[in-house]
Amino acid sequence: MPFLASLVNPSIGLIFWMTLTFVTVLFLLAKFAWKPILKGLKDREASIADALGEAKRAREEMAALNARNEDLMRQAREERELLLKEARDIRDREIAAAKDKAKAEAEALLARARTDIQNEKNAALTEMKNQVAELSILVAERILREKLADTKAQQSLVDKVMAEAQLRRS
Amino acid sequence: MSLKPLLRHVFLLIAALLAGRSTAQHGTPDSTGHPTAVASAEAHVDAHAAAGKFNAGDLIMGHVGDEHGWHLWGHTSLPLPVILYNSERGLSVFSSARFDHGHKTFGGYALHEGHVVAVDAPDGTDAHQAPVNEALTKATVDLSITKNVATMFVISVLLLWVFISVARAYGRREGQAPTGLQNLVEPIILFVRDDVAKSAIGPKHEKYLPYLLTAFFFIFFGNMLGLVPIFPGGANLTGNIAVTLVLALITFVIVTVNGNRHYWHHIFAMPGVPGWVLAILTPVEVLGMFLKPFVLMIRLFANITAGHIIALSFYSLIFVFGETSAGAGYGVAIGSWAFTVFMFMLELLVAFIQAYVFTFLSAMYIGAAVEEPHHH
Repeated sequence: MPFLASLVNPSIGLIFWMTLTFVTVLFLLAKFAWKPILKGLKDREASIADALGEAKRAREEMAALNARNEDLMRQAREERELLLKEARDIRDREIAAAKDKAKAEAEALLARARTDIQNEKNAALTEMKNQVAELSILVAERILREKLADTKAQQSLVDKVMAEAQLRRS
Repeated sequence: MSLKPLLRHVFLLIAALLAGRSTAQHGTPDSTGHPTAVASAEAHVDAHAAAGKFNAGDLIMGHVGDEHGWHLWGHTSLPLPVILYNSERGLSVFSSARFDHGHKTFGGYALHEGHVVAVDAPDGTDAHQAPVNEALTKATVDLSITKNVATMFVISVLLLWVFISVARAYGRREGQAPTGLQNLVEPIILFVRDDVAKSAIGPKHEKYLPYLLTAFFFIFFGNMLGLVPIFPGGANLTGNIAVTLVLALITFVIVTVNGNRHYWHHIFAMPGVPGWVLAILTPVEVLGMFLKPFVLMIRLFANITAGHIIALSFYSLIFVFGETSAGAGYGVAIGSWAFTVFMFMLELLVAFIQAYVFTFLSAMYIGAAVEEPHHH
């Protein structure tokens, strides 16, 4: 069959056109398609690799930052505890001091009050004594005046006193 | 995958068969000498009656081979330029329509069985009557834009359009995720780069990537376009031996030009082999140098052509049986259709696999040629 023969017999025309076309297409594609495409792919791959590396670094930095933050937090917490404790101590001390002072003052006040009361009492007692003495003298005077109204009574008293005085001297 | 192209394939074939191979004359040509695109229906019923039996072999070979003019449907074909040169008549360029489907002579040439022959007859003579000038036919170079050449141009335009627009996308959307067409071809480009070039050639692959990518996509587009039954598909471009020859030859040239000392040393004096063995081994290695691209050429050609032949054979079965009885024809049609659907699926796979195999083997040969010596 002639067709069969032509199937395995390369024709010159087709070889010519194929070579021309393929080489032209190869050249054009290499220059205007493959070069930018392969470059684009390479750049993108590089940028993705970069981005991944950066992300990893950022993650690490973040972790370091977190660790530092936690440290700071812990320190701050400790400091706060310390401050609070100090404040509490100071407060307690102040309260105790205030209490002491108040107590002392109260005691002083009481003591003064007691002294005043004593003084007043003494004064009152003295006054009372004085009045009682005056009253007694008044009463005694009245009684004496009553009793010693006659001479006879006066004489008996003198005798009595004299006797007593003698008794005491002997 | 839609069935539409397949149905079109069926219709196209039926149309082609109805039109017949036109071995008989149709009607009278119109007065201008130009063929009318669509002949009358009666004319080709007569033609069929005259042509007699359906010839599956001629049909298949006609579709698998090349042609001047691009057959579209029925009697309509797209005329393509015929370019001929010989020292006696000089350069002749004219439309393939002038041959009137091989029925007429023009400019001292005619079509015989799809091939241009030089004839000694005035324009417009019946091609079958014209005396063939054998000596001049042999001296004539046929550089016509045939169906396969036109397909090649279509593929080239497609390749340039697709990949230059994709390249623009890389410039426009630098560093961003691919979209659209870029997204579609990027995995294949990466596949060729990483799984073909990088794995077969190694660190020096970048220099050969443009060739490997171009070859891959040229073959892949050619294979796929060959599966499309309607214009501008259907040509058996990658199943044409001239096409695979050129591709294999380019691989051969790249391998030979880039072969390093290590490569040549292995061919002419395989290290560690005694002298008397070399006497046998060296011719084998030298033969292998040529055999490798030869096998590349044959593999692609045979795989793609076989696919086309099988698909067409199943269709032909319908008409072969249809000639015995219409019932048998319809019966076989169902089986043939189912089988062709299956074949079509397989061919889709083959389209990719053969492009891959050709590129991968080319990369392997290049890899062997540029490989740095290992420490034995």
